[in-house]
Amino acid sequence: MTTPNTDKTSAASGPAKPYSPLAAEREDVLAEAARWLAAGERVAIATVVQTWGSSPRPEGSQMAITASGRISGSVSGGCIEGAVAEEAMAVMTEGKPRLLSFGVTHERAWEVGLACGGKVQVFVEALT
Amino acid sequence: MKGAILAAVQAARASGRPAVLATAIPEGTQALISPDGAGWAVQGDAVPAALFDPVRAALASDENGIVEAAGGRWFLHVHNPPLRLIVVGAVHIAQPLAPMAAMAGFATTIVDPRGAFATAERFPGVTLSDLWPDEAMDAFRPDARTAVVTLTHDPKLDDPALDRALKSPAFYIGALGSRKTHAARLKRLAEMGHGPEVLARIRGPVGLSIEAVTPAEIALSILAEVVAVRRNAPLAQRPAGASAAPAAA
Repeated sequence: MTTPNTDKTSAASGPAKPYSPLAAEREDVLAEAARWLAAGERVAIATVVQTWGSSPRPEGSQMAITASGRISGSVSGGCIEGAVAEEAMAVMTEGKPRLLSFGVTHERAWEVGLACGGKVQVFVEALT
Repeated sequence: MKGAILAAVQAARASGRPAVLATAIPEGTQALISPDGAGWAVQGDAVPAALFDPVRAALASDENGIVEAAGGRWFLHVHNPPLRLIVVGAVHIAQPLAPMAAMAGFATTIVDPRGAFATAERFPGVTLSDLWPDEAMDAFRPDARTAVVTLTHDPKLDDPALDRALKSPAFYIGALGSRKTHAARLKRLAEMGHGPEVLARIRGPVGLSIEAVTPAEIALSILAEVVAVRRNAPLAQRPAGASAAPAAA
């Protein structure tokens, strides 16, 4: 936001921005994804699209993953990020999006179940 | 997601334009939908017209989620412009409040016409305005995604800001001051023509009751109350008329 009286408006730590760079995490994740893509990386984006119970991150939480293994953002409290990154590699290779489900009833619960007892669906798509 | 869609999302966010990214689950068909006059602007893939009503609802509620439309399932990802916080008074409490609010996602502006207070040295990286509070409120035009907090204790500065805030749809209006100060303030605002129901919108004394003492603790209690009101937390609910009538103090 800027004031009409721009002479008296200050943003001492850099050029004025419409809002704080800290303001929106998803912006950071998408901006990071765009930077990675521009730098020639292959990038996938994972988004929490549905939750049940006490899932740690709400719908819309995002994580960007590169084929080289870089990660930004999160889709849980750390329980399923590894498994999502693994699936993201396949999505980047095949180019076809995947809808992943995680929860205590998941067959891989021992490996990637949510400790909180919630359930979550994560949509993974390649950035092209 | 196509790079062009990602660029469109970023452009919408940078310009403060509300938009919803709609993604067909699990196909991945995708479009960025934003209000355009009475209609909608759609960038990306074609979407069914049945999606527009859910998109409007998602923008209003600020909630992401899956909706059914025209036989398909769509994930709606809301990209609203950031919430705003207008703080009147570049006082000590405002110093911790500004960075805390920024971390919580609020685009924050500190308004104070007193040059000695609103300095970049005291508020590094914070947007400052030296407009008089009534002019500032007219310029910033608080909307339903804006919180207004007055901290000066000075009726000359607080009252005009509160007067304008009460005439706006701001979702939160808070005023620093003791119960006694607040009662006197409500009386003055009542004389300016605001009725009891309108005055009841002002949270005063401001902030959740956490026995805050230091400026940072008071800032925390204020920000906590703003979030509680925003999220409709039971904690933020007050008995009807709790602060409405100017108390006979």
